[in-house]
Amino acid sequence: MEQSTSPKFKQNAHHALHDASLQRALGRLKTGFKDKRLAAIADMPEFEQLRDTARDIKNHTLANLDHYLTAFEANVIANGGHVHWCADAEEARQTVLKICQDKKAKSVLKGKSMISEEIGLNAFLEKQDLKVVETDLGEYIIQLRNEPPSHIIAPAIHVHKEQVADSFRQTHKGRDINRPLDEPRDLLDEAREVMREHFFAADVGITGANFLIAETGTSVIVTNEGNGDLTQTLSKVHIAIASLEKVVPTLEDASSILRVLARSATGQEMSSYTTFSTGPKRDGDLDGPEDYHVILLDNGRSNMLGTEFQEMLRCIRCAACMNHCPVYGAVGGHAYGWVYPGPMGSVLTPSLIGVDEAGHLPNASTFCGKCEEVCPMRIPLPKMMRHWREREFEKHLGPQSMRFGIRLWAWFASRPALYGKATGLAARILKSIGGRKQKIGKLPLASGWTDIRDLPAPQGKTFKQLWAEQQAAKKA
Amino acid sequence: MSFAPSSASSASSPSSKPRVGLFVTCLVDMFRPTVGFSAVKLLEEAGCVVDVPMEQVCCGQPAFNSGDLESARKVARPLIAMFENHDYVVAPSGSCAGMMIKHFPELFANDLELAEPVRALAGKTWELVSFLTDVMKLDGVAAAFEGSITYHDSCSGLRELKVKEQPRKLLRSVKGLEIRELQEPETCCGFGGTFCVKYPEISGKMVGDKTTDIKNSGADMLVAGDMGCLLNMAGKLRREGSDMEVRHVAEVLADMTMAAPGIAGSEKG
Ligand code: SF4
Repeated sequence: MEQSTSPKFKQNAHHALHDASLQRALGRLKTGFKDKRLAAIADMPEFEQLRDTARDIKNHTLANLDHYLTAFEANVIANGGHVHWCADAEEARQTVLKICQDKKAKSVLKGKSMISEEIGLNAFLEKQDLKVVETDLGEYIIQLRNEPPSHIIAPAIHVHKEQVADSFRQTHKGRDINRPLDEPRDLLDEAREVMREHFFAADVGITGANFLIAETGTSVIVTNEGNGDLTQTLSKVHIAIASLEKVVPTLEDASSILRVLARSATGQEMSSYTTFSTGPKRDGDLDGPEDYHVILLDNGRSNMLGTEFQEMLRCIRCAACMNHCPVYGAVGGHAYGWVYPGPMGSVLTPSLIGVDEAGHLPNASTFCGKCEEVCPMRIPLPKMMRHWREREFEKHLGPQSMRFGIRLWAWFASRPALYGKATGLAARILKSIGGRKQKIGKLPLASGWTDIRDLPAPQGKTFKQLWAEQQAAKKA
Repeated sequence: MSFAPSSASSASSPSSKPRVGLFVTCLVDMFRPTVGFSAVKLLEEAGCVVDVPMEQVCCGQPAFNSGDLESARKVARPLIAMFENHDYVVAPSGSCAGMMIKHFPELFANDLELAEPVRALAGKTWELVSFLTDVMKLDGVAAAFEGSITYHDSCSGLRELKVKEQPRKLLRSVKGLEIRELQEPETCCGFGGTFCVKYPEISGKMVGDKTTDIKNSGADMLVAGDMGCLLNMAGKLRREGSDMEVRHVAEVLADMTMAAPGIAGSEKG
């Protein structure tokens, strides 16, 4: 599995906040996706209803997951394909390797796949002397930069076009070193040209899947570059890797969810390409792969079923939650330290790599609720982050000082008379520290507050003190 | 207990006026009593009888959001009986009201004895401004403020309780007051309870973006409905050297802006 730096979330965030180039890139996020989503849903009065439908479809599927997965498997086999059930990342990697070796493959083309990131597939295959080429432009860029993605649908959102040009000049040898690469168009054209050569030479094409359709045994991917089509039709072997919860019962269900997916993600009505793959090339087909494999990855998901985290399995990876998250907007995706950033990552990552490892993630939220507001699948993300905090508290994870502080506070807060005296005293002292300016710039034990902002001074007496005085005066 | 607004009010108070239990909230209690008195004034002027149970402390949210359910229950439990005989419970905070309305039922879901009283409490609890407009049907207030304000929508009030138009409606009725909207009034200010001290740098970035938006609005005063957000934003404004006046919406609506300097000083006019 991909190594995580989630335990160092605070340091990661610190670097991110001081990285001027990243901050400039994150600034772009503020508009872009958000405005486009708003415009797209404004054009669709039934959007809220569709969200309910999408949620219900997934809830139904998750309640009958075994049924739909076995139906999916049976239909893939009936179409001449293969299904591999993989319990964890290692099993999935080995399965992919075996398929490649059986075909004596030398090169692997990749469509964009978060599952591939989750199981650390590229690094593994490269160690086995396979040449791996990412065909999604964003993925290709971060592959050249040797970085993980920082966003689930826009993996290179943290990279500026000047940086892309540098990477291209370094990697694409045999071209005029002074060629113009200033415009996005130049970069796109060059990437296309380079990519074409790879497409025709590839042995194995690996894609992810946005949906697996049980009734037909079909895997579905959506892209905006069409690279997924080419990856899976031009290669001799197509491997679709998907986690269990990607299954939906019918084609109709997939199209219902597709209607909320693109609108929530990029604000498009539909992504440019929606590609359905059902089995290998049949007799008489003009193109298509000779072999078709589906890797069904569990990797911790079945443990989420029946728990307070089950609803997370409705996620369709649209990224609306991170596009709208003020914490993601402040620190970007890499700070989260593993494959999935933003609110969806803050819930999912602890499920997959353990809350001991990823404990910061569900804590680094103000519970502002914006993610839940925009999530097309109506996943109650803040509530589930809170459930992680409960697990952490039960397991005595997290800083001891915090735990002690909360318990001490609760002890006081359940003793009204004592609490009243303590706050009365505190209000008086803080007021006098605040002095004429009525604000405090530095306070022992409160540096978390005062490093960033002044502490407004209390007015001097508590409301309850004043109220009691007033009531007594009325009686007198 | 069951709750029906018309009969309950006459049953539990001698007059036909609704009997409101004020939940002051711990931050208002300690930092800004003026907000409590503003709330009392607004409620009384709207025709309520106001009662302040003196045993109240906090809704338990800090513990609840820290994953310490046991402490949260310990702090929250006394409130259930404390407000049993009030027709309504009103808090000058969307966050604390949201805790009681949305999260108490969750917190006590497995407590057979408390489940029903908790549901009753949740059903009669309101955030102050939306209570005034939606229950007491207030269209305007008798207050004056010469100048412009900008309004920050605090997250819990906005998203849990749908408090959005209500404060604007009443603020527009304040004589001389002009509202200048923020670019992003609904974006979190970075307070988030313990978040702001657990992740001060991230919180700092968020509140910094917020104060930039606030200053760009050109308004004379920042107004919001939650003490936590207000302390955060006022503190950041002062740290940045701004002396912009900052107040809880109740103070403006109750015409109490002359009664005390704004949050963190900087009295104007
Ligand atoms: S949690 Fe919701 S908003 Fe976030 S990626 Fe998943 S489906 Fe989209």
